[in-house]
Amino acid sequence: MRKEIISDAELVSNYINGDEKALSTLIYRHKQKIYSFIYSKVFDRDLVEDIFQDTFIKVIKTLKRGAYNEEGKFLPWVMRIAHNLVIDHFRKNNRMPKFDNSGEFSIFSVLGDPALNAEKQIIKDQVESDVRKLIEELPEDQKTVLVMRMYNDMSFKEISERTGVSINTALGRMRYALINLRKVVEKHNIVLTN
Amino acid sequence: MAKLYMKGPQKVDNQNPREETVKFLLDYSKALSVIDYNKMKFEALLN
Repeated sequence: MRKEIISDAELVSNYINGDEKALSTLIYRHKQKIYSFIYSKVFDRDLVEDIFQDTFIKVIKTLKRGAYNEEGKFLPWVMRIAHNLVIDHFRKNNRMPKFDNSGEFSIFSVLGDPALNAEKQIIKDQVESDVRKLIEELPEDQKTVLVMRMYNDMSFKEISERTGVSINTALGRMRYALINLRKVVEKHNIVLTN
Repeated sequence: MAKLYMKGPQKVDNQNPREETVKFLLDYSKALSVIDYNKMKFEALLN
């Protein structure tokens, strides 16, 4: 006796009408195609299981809610759901799909990105701007020495020649400039760290 | 050296979900019921 093959559409309809076995038939009929499709995108068995499971949870919910319309075919519809979940996964993880980090050695453990991220860059700019404002509050002679030394990168010899004071005086002004800056920072509890 | 870079495509012997995954889905389906109330649909998991 020849076993009659029930179409997907009929199985879906039976399932919506309460036949749980119809879902089992649908899953067993298409599981390999759907699983392989997800695997071809993510290459990670555990992840494939998760996405496969989430795909069918969506399928079950949609069918039980009666929100499925039999316009297209069942399998392409399920594939579309799986495809969307794969995209969601990569969006969430923000990484390239073909990167396989299953080996023991990961190049990213030794390679870092030395550039500051956007947040740290903003904080750094803010700190530098705050320091600039504090410097503006210093007495003129101390401010001049500090700016020449720190921002213009001049030696104390050059500073003493430019300002017409001895090197020791320039050194002393620098020392007081730093002491005064520290005092202001402590007094106002200003945080100047990144 | 070439072997290091010429790793062939990974052969997958078993392209099927685990039996537990399928069983979970079938159990989930049995447990899930959608209740219609005033044009609203509520999901209930009856375990």
